[in-house]
Amino acid sequence: MSALRTCLAGAARLAPGSRRALLLLAAWFALAALGPLLAPHAPGEIVDREVFAPFSVRHWLGTDYLGRDVGSRLLWSVRYTVLISTLSTLISCCCGFVLGIATTATSVWVERVLGRLMDGLLSIPSLLFALLVIAAAGESIPALVLTMGVIYMPGAYRTSRALALRIARADYVTASLARGENRSFVILREILPNMMGPLLSDIGLRFVYAVLLLSNLSFLGLGVQPPLVDLGSLVRENVLGLAYGAPAVLVPTVVLALLTVGINLALGGQRS
Amino acid sequence: MTALISVRGLHVAGRRRDGSEVGIVRDVSLEVQRGEMLALIGESGSGKTTIALSLMGYVRPGCRISGGEIEVAGYRVDQMTPDPLRNFRGKTISYVAQNAGSAFNPALTLHRQVIEPALSHWVLPRRDAERRAVDLFRAMALPHPETIGARYPHQLSGGQLQRLMAAMALITEPEVVVFDEPTTALDVTTQIEVLEAFRAVLAERGITGVYVTHDLAVVAQVADRAVVLRNGAVCESGPTSEVLERPHAPYARELVEASRLPVRAMAAAGPVPEPVLTLSDMVVGYGSVDARGLPARRILDGINLSVPRGRILGIIGESGCGKSTLVRTIAGLQASAAGTIRFRGEDLAGAVARRTPDQRRRLQIVAQNADLVLNPAWTVGAILMRVLRFFHGLRGAEARAEALRLLDLVRLPQSVFERRPPELSGGQKQRVNFARALAARPDLVLCDEITAALDPVVAAAILELLADLQATLGLSCIFITHDLHALRAVCDRVAVLLGGHVVEQCDAASLMDGVHHPYSRLLVSSVPEMRPGWLDEVTRQRQVATDAPPPPVAAGGCPFVSRCAMRIEDICDHVPPPVVPGAGGARIACHHPLADLPPLLQADGAA
Repeated sequence: MSALRTCLAGAARLAPGSRRALLLLAAWFALAALGPLLAPHAPGEIVDREVFAPFSVRHWLGTDYLGRDVGSRLLWSVRYTVLISTLSTLISCCCGFVLGIATTATSVWVERVLGRLMDGLLSIPSLLFALLVIAAAGESIPALVLTMGVIYMPGAYRTSRALALRIARADYVTASLARGENRSFVILREILPNMMGPLLSDIGLRFVYAVLLLSNLSFLGLGVQPPLVDLGSLVRENVLGLAYGAPAVLVPTVVLALLTVGINLALGGQRS
Repeated sequence: MTALISVRGLHVAGRRRDGSEVGIVRDVSLEVQRGEMLALIGESGSGKTTIALSLMGYVRPGCRISGGEIEVAGYRVDQMTPDPLRNFRGKTISYVAQNAGSAFNPALTLHRQVIEPALSHWVLPRRDAERRAVDLFRAMALPHPETIGARYPHQLSGGQLQRLMAAMALITEPEVVVFDEPTTALDVTTQIEVLEAFRAVLAERGITGVYVTHDLAVVAQVADRAVVLRNGAVCESGPTSEVLERPHAPYARELVEASRLPVRAMAAAGPVPEPVLTLSDMVVGYGSVDARGLPARRILDGINLSVPRGRILGIIGESGCGKSTLVRTIAGLQASAAGTIRFRGEDLAGAVARRTPDQRRRLQIVAQNADLVLNPAWTVGAILMRVLRFFHGLRGAEARAEALRLLDLVRLPQSVFERRPPELSGGQKQRVNFARALAARPDLVLCDEITAALDPVVAAAILELLADLQATLGLSCIFITHDLHALRAVCDRVAVLLGGHVVEQCDAASLMDGVHHPYSRLLVSSVPEMRPGWLDEVTRQRQVATDAPPPPVAAGGCPFVSRCAMRIEDICDHVPPPVVPGAGGARIACHHPLADLPPLLQADGAA
């Protein structure tokens, strides 16, 4: 409990840039949670004869290739994009961080074996790996979440391990060991609070990666399947609308850019 | 005659993160005549380096010269544009930085770097520049002046690099040289060589200089005039002897007093108390292991030491002599290859993990860098309360009260309790570090260079605190240092460490006179004294010693043989010196009979 409090205290003392990043993330989560309640139409409901309709008062963001309301579908797709990316980020970061920090305290052989495994995973192109797994396991949301979680775990592992190794050499850790503190105390109370800032920005970065990979998969038709929608699949199904400059294809693209570039910029402020 | 350097009403402002400006240097005026050396004295943050750099028309990023005039050798430096400034720097004024080790490019030979200013300013053709460099190397008393330039920085010692850096500064024959703490990072025995080399060259060439330092004894040797700075403003200025002997400003007086620490009173006579810690035949090293399990490269080699209960044992030596390894070994953080540690009558395990909690509690370390040993994520209160809970099971209000009492003990205000280490000053952090060690209620405290990173006034206060606490709590301490003044101010007994060997043990009070190991003599006589002319005396005394080339140090011989003026050929270099008991319980490891060792002259400035 007190470990949690220390971590939260660490987060509260973050640079303004990092706080901004958290705020932005919170805004996206709010949209994912509440967005569909605001949607005027059901996502699958065909509301208009006109397809690829432009912006209008009736349908703010126009209609898609079947004449469905783009605004409503967009609100639903944000939910799935954010949800799946978040879950897979949580999986990759939790596993990666725990393993990365734990290997600083275990025997060198554990690290050698685990480290090479992680290197192996890291060397496989992520899109190719995801295509392979989904082709084998079938397209479902749990499969997507797990696959993406595994893909981004080695990065989280490496980052946290490098950070923890540096901090484990700090003199205050030595002082704590000289006092006779046990490993879990040293890890949770001495090391972890001092890596919270970089870890949080790493989580953000991995979230952005996950959004992009998910959108890629959906664009290729292997991600989220109808009737569910995410940003990538919205772009794919309306790609014909490009010829007409339809909002149905432009708006999801812009939202995707806002989501990734926005978080990236917010994290960029943290580095200075 | 007009002044060569004249600064009038200089203001330098720095920009805070929120955009507001803060004065780093405020209304500083000073003058230096041709051929004079001016010392800028002050603690860290007093603006001394900022002023020295501004003479070269340079301010650190985020700062600007916000007012005043700087005139150097007829140039209005504060009004110069980048182009002429580039020509001015290195040619008219040059700079010797504090840490020559990091100022040289490790990938280039020294020669190329030393003559570079002469080439880039078109002062001399390459051939002449090379000749002048060799002349300077010779004048700086560097070994092998003809060939030393072909080496790379990592092949030379810190003292040699510092002299090479001075040679680089002088290669263009500038009118003004700025020295920025050039000897602060060096050992006393090296410092004296560097100072001597500097002074000889400067006097011969009539260089005008500005010497930035916080060491008053160095000021006494090199400077004609001195300016004492505090918080960016001039606090006192005048001829060196005037400033050092009759300081007027209260701060200047404090500074002078801090460098004249009172010598610790001898512990009450009578039998020496039983030892609380005893090291026997301690060997620590690395490399391949021989048949007896001893490593080939030894950091500590056969250390025998004991700390009597309630006394402070000082351990002194140059960098690399094994001081810190000794501390780490006693603390159980460094494995030893041989030898035993006995603590309060029990054998102490080599690794801290195998010691009992009670043993760990009774033996505490206060490390050199309080910045590094206090976890920045914790409040001071949490740091202290953790130790109280860990060792004594105190919780809640009880622990809080005890932590506040500890803060009081180390003379910190209670407001520190809620703050985190990065918000504290260096001296405050060192006090917290102390309080943490005391929280365990230890029997023995290992103090590893606790004042090395602090300014003299702050360091003096910490030493006073240590002496007080030791007296009131009856602690036993090991006090590791390279500073002889600090050693004499707090220690009862002294062990002199050289190359992993204890070459001498004696009472701290008798360190300055009587018969000593030749290395102890060298160490004691190398500590600068705060009177002008001291450097001349010492160099005159030593002139005799530096004739024959030193023999290589062979395994098993005396560690001092390569530098010893009175070594016995064919004995000292391979036969381990016997430990001879001397007057007052001293133990000296030397082949000479004690009667043959010349006694140290009682230095008058030392008392």
